[in-house]
Amino acid sequence: MSGKPYRLSDAGRLIDRSKRVSFTFDGKTVSGFAGDTVASAVMASGQRVMGRSFKYHRPRGVVGLGSEEMNALIGVGKAERHEPNLLATKVEIFDGLSAVSQNRWPSLNHDIGAINNVLGRFFSAGFYYKTFMWPQAFWKHVYEPFIRQAAGLGKAPTGRDPDVYEQVHVHCDVLIAGAGAAGLAAAEAAAASGLRVIIADENPRLGGLCDIGGGLIDGASPLEWAKTRAAALAAADNVQVLTRTTVAGHFEDNYVLMFERVGDHDPSITAAGTPRHRLWKVRAGQIIIAAGAIERPIAFANNDRPGVMLASAARGLAARYGTAAGVNGVVFTNNDDAYRTALMLKSMGVGVARIIDSRTNPESALIDQAKAAGLDISFGSSIAGVMTSKGGKQIDGIKMSPYNRGRVTNETKVDCDFVAVSGGWNPAVHLWCHNGGKIKFDHELQTYRPDRSPDGLLIAGAANGTFDVPGALAEGYAAGEQAVALLKGKAGKIAKASATQEAQAKLEPIWFAPATGAYNEGDKHFIDQQNDVVASGLELAQREGYESVEHTKRYTTLGMATDQGKTSNILGLGVVAEATGKTIPEIGTTTFRPPYTTVSFGSIAGAHVRDRFLPVRRTAIHDWHVANGADFEPVGQWRRPYCYPKAGEDRHKAVTREILAVRNKVGLLDASTLGKIEIKGPDAGEFLDRMYTNTFSTLKEGRCRYGLMANEMGFLMDDGVTVRVGPEHFIMHTTSGGADRIAGWLEEWLQTEWPDLKVFVTPVTEQWAQFAVAGPNARKVLEKLSGDIDFSAEAFPFMTMKTGTLAGMSVRAYRISFSGELSYEIGVPANQGRALWDAILEAGAAFGIEVYGTEALHVLRAEKGFIIIGDETDNTVTAIDVGLEGLVSKKKRDFIGKRSMEQSFLKMDGRKQLVGLLTEDPNYVLPDGAHALEDATGKPPQKTLGHVTSTYMSPSIGRSIAMALIFNGRARMGETLSFSLDGKVVKAKVVEPVFYDKEGARQNV
Amino acid sequence: MLVVTCPVCGVHGDETDFHCGGQAHVARPASTRPENVTDAEQRDYLFIRHNPKGLHFERWRCDRGCGKWFHAARDTVSLEFKAFYGVTELPPVELMKQATGTWAEFFKDKIKAGKAS
Ligand SMILES: [Zn+2]
Repeated sequence: MSGKPYRLSDAGRLIDRSKRVSFTFDGKTVSGFAGDTVASAVMASGQRVMGRSFKYHRPRGVVGLGSEEMNALIGVGKAERHEPNLLATKVEIFDGLSAVSQNRWPSLNHDIGAINNVLGRFFSAGFYYKTFMWPQAFWKHVYEPFIRQAAGLGKAPTGRDPDVYEQVHVHCDVLIAGAGAAGLAAAEAAAASGLRVIIADENPRLGGLCDIGGGLIDGASPLEWAKTRAAALAAADNVQVLTRTTVAGHFEDNYVLMFERVGDHDPSITAAGTPRHRLWKVRAGQIIIAAGAIERPIAFANNDRPGVMLASAARGLAARYGTAAGVNGVVFTNNDDAYRTALMLKSMGVGVARIIDSRTNPESALIDQAKAAGLDISFGSSIAGVMTSKGGKQIDGIKMSPYNRGRVTNETKVDCDFVAVSGGWNPAVHLWCHNGGKIKFDHELQTYRPDRSPDGLLIAGAANGTFDVPGALAEGYAAGEQAVALLKGKAGKIAKASATQEAQAKLEPIWFAPATGAYNEGDKHFIDQQNDVVASGLELAQREGYESVEHTKRYTTLGMATDQGKTSNILGLGVVAEATGKTIPEIGTTTFRPPYTTVSFGSIAGAHVRDRFLPVRRTAIHDWHVANGADFEPVGQWRRPYCYPKAGEDRHKAVTREILAVRNKVGLLDASTLGKIEIKGPDAGEFLDRMYTNTFSTLKEGRCRYGLMANEMGFLMDDGVTVRVGPEHFIMHTTSGGADRIAGWLEEWLQTEWPDLKVFVTPVTEQWAQFAVAGPNARKVLEKLSGDIDFSAEAFPFMTMKTGTLAGMSVRAYRISFSGELSYEIGVPANQGRALWDAILEAGAAFGIEVYGTEALHVLRAEKGFIIIGDETDNTVTAIDVGLEGLVSKKKRDFIGKRSMEQSFLKMDGRKQLVGLLTEDPNYVLPDGAHALEDATGKPPQKTLGHVTSTYMSPSIGRSIAMALIFNGRARMGETLSFSLDGKVVKAKVVEPVFYDKEGARQNV
Repeated sequence: MLVVTCPVCGVHGDETDFHCGGQAHVARPASTRPENVTDAEQRDYLFIRHNPKGLHFERWRCDRGCGKWFHAARDTVSLEFKAFYGVTELPPVELMKQATGTWAEFFKDKIKAGKAS
């Protein structure tokens, strides 16, 4: 197509005709001008269809001028830079841009999904809910694949996003959302005070609708005034002007999210390393909402045909880009503003076949101007239908009929190829409502407008329902001044502009334009085009009892598409009101939620990606682990070696070797991640007595004791060995994952419940490197190192600690064991950790020392029946349940969880208890979490007898072992339980949960 | 996102720099008379919370500041903070007077003392 008739020669203030720009749309090369949007350039090329609708796959064209667009959703960019669901009306073109339409399969022109259009009756309101009630298999195998293939809103990028994104936190005194006439006036008044001002607008340039909104400022076009103001603001030191920046959400205490598209319009920006998008997190003293208004359509039969667009869009496309919506249009309106479209188009040489005005006898200056310009006007009329060809893609004309709210009595055909429609304007109250602003219905405007405001929020201009330029200017100045006054700033002197605008005739509501015959049922009167919600669907929802507007919305999906009902909300309410004989305020309105327009995931993630997604904690030995082939696993934020596979070993072989090394020779474990908390003060012993279920105040200096910690509900939450170093000094060990949580827990009780206790709690996990030296040769290894610690059995008995020097370093040595072997843990300041580690390895070489990882550690402890918090417990397990009632003090008056543990239901029979399990087949390892069943051969659902909590192949005893929580487990010793696994019944015997060295002889040497 | 002020170190910050720890002034019966706590009292202490529309007393922790716990009085409708006060302190007398539910009970004999101070 030449595109000639669609690019006007004398219009298009934003395009630079000297700069040709070439891009692709659905693979086809399109030529536009610098300054074009995808929508303006594609339309100027003569193409109208920009996408297919979500449900019925009807061809759709551009409807709006900016962020109110609901049909022209496109994907932009290739491969990993592809971004779906952008608005063609907002995407600025550049050389090489690649844009694709969405929702069409296989192509925009021939769309198989359009069959849904014929099947429309089956896709009525509540379709998805009703379909889910059909047999599930039918949904899974027939409907869902079909719908997914046929629809889907865009495609995800194919790989990791190569661009960078950032977030910035800023404070300002006055934030102005929107830079139309009201916003610019507000900014001028606010900035004159010297306060810090931010003015943000979603468009590439300031001015709002100053170019096409009519009126005069200081006797000239408001556009001239806007340009002057924009330049002045840009030059002011205390003002930050942000374009392409949408104020997306308003939250408590004037916290505002702004989304800036920094580099989307020019790839050289991101190529230079500048972030593609920026998310602004702003705290503002005062916020002035000057977000403007959004034109609303009128529902008439087949009002979704490509070529039917908002009057403001037809006007804006022509004025800004020289793009004509067609060669001969019809303007359909219930208000004066659309007359500006008719007048402007005619002056630019675009044919306007007729103005169809639903009002009976309106009189105003604009109407007089239209008459004087020779435009044909039909008052008291409406559009009863749209005549199309080429499968609905080409408008041939409309049917006009007298407007009354009943049947269509007669109709007149009017030839045209586009329709510019206006049902009035809705103030953009979204931001106002995000955080508590109230709205009220305005009968004159037939829409909701702001009512009461929360503190710190002001509103001006069209967003406030003030649509005329003089009014918007006055409100803008006033809001700026008021913001300064509220902030106790010093008002500055400005020379206020004066504006004039012709008086307008009143708008008269029209929601549903009746149509001929079957079309009058409303199933082609589109309300929410993106979600294919039609007038009849809204009526059906009413008939089916979804009368509340919130129910109607969810049942029909009205306003739930990516445009969030910007054009459909009030129209839908109007149609429902008309259908039910109620008024709109009686029906109410739905909630406005952030964000106003879509915010990219990239900007939400900001810099928190890749290595910065979650900080990784590494022990002092980490580099050694890496150099020695450790296979790491995450443990909280730590990375710990799971095992150290040697050449030719898989994980299982490596773990088996490591376990046998500990059992037969000696092993070395990096246990530095173990939580370590220093507890000091005269009341330290008393405090620990209150925190642990067992007693620590009686612990002698130099002695260690295993402690159990319960929460206030009586359930186990942590465990570990705590050591008394001095009369007022303890070292508490916690689980690796619990270190921070337990430190916080101790602090909370100290601060809030027992502030009288004289105790300091200091987490020192990172300050110490700590290693377990475990196995029959452990003592020999440590004795080989120089130092003053006597490691002999007599001098250093089990569950004691010593401080001293080892290999020339000051250490804390504990004789404790989590493996059941002769074992010492040696703690050393973290900066000396690597030196000690190397020294131990060197000394141990002669004794066959091998390093072992977390999996060997876990198997070693399971062989001994030691619990792990989080494996054998799940926040519903008590000390009694795991057989550790001996560690629950009966003497102490009080400790955390004591009173709850005494509640009858935690003591009664029938609770799950910890047992061991031995499978009949010694080579079968039960899966973690497997449930023993009452009748393993029966059909589900089956009653569970309990579940497996830890399960391993034990190299030490040469067979599989498991621990499990089983109902009444301790009374079931010797019983055989059945599991239904892998399609067969697996049997296991209930045994004591200690599988190796039951007497504990091995650590007693 | 709320702005919270720590009464201990004085820092102002986003609520994400703090941590809300639920209802304040919940007495732990076992701390004062451990041998004499009924099942019902323990249940109420653990699980029953007052959830008024309006004035709410709650515990907060200055996570990224001084690490201390403190108390706040907040309106659950407007979300506005009415007062911040120490973890061992009482709210301003006028707020104690507006308190409902178990708080009203708890503050009853303390209002007088508050006036005196
Ligand atoms: Zn603080």
